[in-house]
Amino acid sequence: MNDFMAARSQMALSLGFHIVFSCIGMVMPFFMAVAHFYWLKTNDVVYRNITKAWSKGVAIFFATGAVSGTVLSFELGLLWPEFMKHAGPIFGMPFSLEGTAFFIEAIALGFFLYGWGRFNRWFHWFTGVVVGVSGLVSGILVVAANAWMNSPAGFDYVNGQYLNIDPIRAMFNDAWFSQALHMCIAAFSATGFAVAGIHALMILKKKNIRFHTQSFRIAAVFACVAALLQPLSGDISAKDVAKRQPAKLAAMEAHYHTEAAAPLILGGIPDSEAKEVKFAIKLPGMLSFMVHSNFQTPVDGLDKIPEEDQPPVAVTHYAFQVMVGLGMVMLLIAVCYFIAIWRKRQWMQRTWFLRAFVLATPMGFIAVEAGWTVTEVGRQPWIINGIMRTADAVTPMPGIAYSFYIFTAVYISLSVIVTFLLYRQIRMVDKLYDVSPAV
Amino acid sequence: MIYVVIAYLWAAILLYILLGGADFGAGIIELFTSAKNKQYTRTTMYQAIGPVWEANHMWLIIAIVVLFVGFPQIYTTVSTHLHIPLVIMLFGIIARGTAFTFRNYDAVVDNMQKVYNKIFVYSSFVTPFFLGVIAASAVSGKIDPGASDFLSAYVFSWLNWFSVTVGFFTVAICGYLAAIFIIGETRDDASRKRFIRKAKQMNGAAVVFGGLVFLSAKAEAIPLDRWLFDNVVGIVSLVAAVLSLILLWYLLLQKGKVLIIRVLAGFQVTMILLAITLRHYPNIVILKGGQYLSLMEHAGQEKTIYSLAMALLLGSIFILPALFYLIYSFQKNKGEWEH
Ligand code: HDD
Ligand code: HEM
Ligand code: HEM
Repeated sequence: MNDFMAARSQMALSLGFHIVFSCIGMVMPFFMAVAHFYWLKTNDVVYRNITKAWSKGVAIFFATGAVSGTVLSFELGLLWPEFMKHAGPIFGMPFSLEGTAFFIEAIALGFFLYGWGRFNRWFHWFTGVVVGVSGLVSGILVVAANAWMNSPAGFDYVNGQYLNIDPIRAMFNDAWFSQALHMCIAAFSATGFAVAGIHALMILKKKNIRFHTQSFRIAAVFACVAALLQPLSGDISAKDVAKRQPAKLAAMEAHYHTEAAAPLILGGIPDSEAKEVKFAIKLPGMLSFMVHSNFQTPVDGLDKIPEEDQPPVAVTHYAFQVMVGLGMVMLLIAVCYFIAIWRKRQWMQRTWFLRAFVLATPMGFIAVEAGWTVTEVGRQPWIINGIMRTADAVTPMPGIAYSFYIFTAVYISLSVIVTFLLYRQIRMVDKLYDVSPAV
Repeated sequence: MIYVVIAYLWAAILLYILLGGADFGAGIIELFTSAKNKQYTRTTMYQAIGPVWEANHMWLIIAIVVLFVGFPQIYTTVSTHLHIPLVIMLFGIIARGTAFTFRNYDAVVDNMQKVYNKIFVYSSFVTPFFLGVIAASAVSGKIDPGASDFLSAYVFSWLNWFSVTVGFFTVAICGYLAAIFIIGETRDDASRKRFIRKAKQMNGAAVVFGGLVFLSAKAEAIPLDRWLFDNVVGIVSLVAAVLSLILLWYLLLQKGKVLIIRVLAGFQVTMILLAITLRHYPNIVILKGGQYLSLMEHAGQEKTIYSLAMALLLGSIFILPALFYLIYSFQKNKGEWEH
């Protein structure tokens, strides 16, 4: 593996790892706040137990999210010094605000985790909400920084120099809103389905049913609302990408040739030599409609983009298909869930219904990883879209491959340990929190 | 505005040394505690640092963000040439942070605890050691941006006696801070005495390594003595550090002066950092051949610095009161709590 590939892979690995923990860190506080709220309102111990059980799991995820995030803030410089030298002062605004958000989150977390029985109950509840809100804000800020890489703004690029820097304009670049919105919803649906799925599994195993049912409901509502909104926000994103990064859109859709009434391509194997997609289902005019709200308007294809500026088509296309496909499955499950709530209460106990949620456990996170692959791989070969190439940004230090191997080993071990700990937490629910009246 | 930013950078580094340092020191002390007292040390430490653990470690992130936003050239030079120690330090941070949390939140208490403890104590040693190495290397004049071979560009930039002794010195300081901190957390005489002994040992170690730092600086032709002694502030702060040390040992013999003792220890470390940094200011990185990377000359453009300063000031309005309240409320009613 050459050093450049190693650096890219290490970055992708670290980010792909961190995103899982940050999604959970952003969303779980809201779930806990709901459970906690019911506990304070109803005095039903089940809700207190749910809050406590979740908060123990979350503490583990928080610590892992915090250290992997710390690693990232160094890695930007370790791997991409040339990029950071120029980009740091421009897109740094969200990072400096994020510092505050993290700090508040960390402080509030201290109050929340260690504050049981020490403070006014509502103050304690409120600190939990603060954890969630500041987590969400930091997520939005960091995505705004990433959006700047897709849609650079807030400076003039003259003869290789970055002049007239305006960090505020850089932060509110054209892509920040669509990306941040899509990311926040994604975090809710990914975490929601993961949590709901685990509790659904426990219900199917007939363990501590009341505890798991209430937990399931809280998580599932969030997940399903998010799953309904996700395609809408994805549509905004796609239109946005078409405007600012036609090359990325063309790669997502494996759209080789500019044409009117462009078809939407489902599945298939892109062949970059022959410039066609084999074995695909083509919906005529749909791509034109999605991008321009008109079935006839031509959509730019890869033939409009110089060869050396084209992103890898196959990876981007597959990743996009995976994300959208999973989004559709989750949408279907969400629709069933709302039918169940309004019309068919009995579905809630049905095995097939719970099984669907169990199956959906990893889907949201897979979609998140796929979505980021679309965004990041689809931006290649640029690190700052249209301004700086990734290959020019990489560190001159040789031997990054070894660093990549070690990081891979570390992250794999961490994932194994975290999974193991989570498994133990779930197994202990019976012992610690069983409040079934039979006892 | 640039001064606001520099002040924040300095304060973040100081607070990371003080708070993060006490935090690392907890692990270091655990490493040097006999098996029979380990559990007690562990519980006391956990009670003391648990609630502020996440917050302590934020200072490092603030410092990094200030560096990469405000002083990108400095950030990138350091991270290119000190890549290797930085990566090792990062592994230390990963190992330590996760092991600390895992051991407290593992639902089942069994042999895994031993694994977590091992990882925790060793990484508590490695992380501050490399922090010291990195800080020392930045001012040692060994970073050579012109070097073309791997060893001189990426290894000898940090692998030298000066950096290594500073590494050990940092470890000793962390252990010392932690011991002083725990003294206030103990509730019986025997353990109080034990931690006083620990603090003395760590203090001794710091003095020894401090001496070695001077010797190695001589050997590596780093004019450390000149930096410290050819200016009034350097001398005054060192004298203040020594005086407060004497006062501190005097006070330790009496009971109850927890706060004063802590403040004095913090004061000493502040003075040491002041003495070291002031003489170079604003050149925080010294390269081979005597070139400098200066905070003034290598700062980002005006608007960047302005908005960075605003972000920091704005942040403080929210953070500081909340942080004080957090520390205050957990100090006020110490002891057992549910979690
Ligand atoms: C639960 C996860 C999830 C689901 C179900 C979807 N997405 Fe997504 N998508 C993401 C999670 C995600 C993400 C991981 O959050 C990304 C990566 C970067 C970003 O801002 O969001 C993303 C990026 C992303 C982009 C690229 C944005 C950019 O580069 O700026 C587009 C065009 C879409 N999505 C479109 C869709 C559509 C049309 C969906 C239809 C169902 C969809 N996404 C479902
Ligand atoms: C957490 C969610 C994210 C994931 C999963 C992710 C994923 C990836 C992937 C897969 C790559 C490699 C692309 C390639 O080389 O082909 C990459 C590169 C990169 N990402 Fe992201 N990314 C995320 C968010 C961010 C954010 C928020 C930033 C910055 C603010 C960022 C900065 C970078 C940089 C600097 C590179 C290396 C340069 C490049 O390959 O273009 N990423 N990321
Ligand atoms: C889309 C991408 C990202 C999202 C949504 C995100 C979100 C979050 C959230 C919500 C947290 C706090 C929750 C937790 O600790 O688990 C967090 C932690 C952190 N993230 Fe990220 N992040 C992303 C990418 C990045 C990148 C690219 C960097 C660095 C350049 C970064 C740096 C950090 C740091 C330093 C922390 C630790 C803060 C602490 O100690 O609480 N994150 N991230």
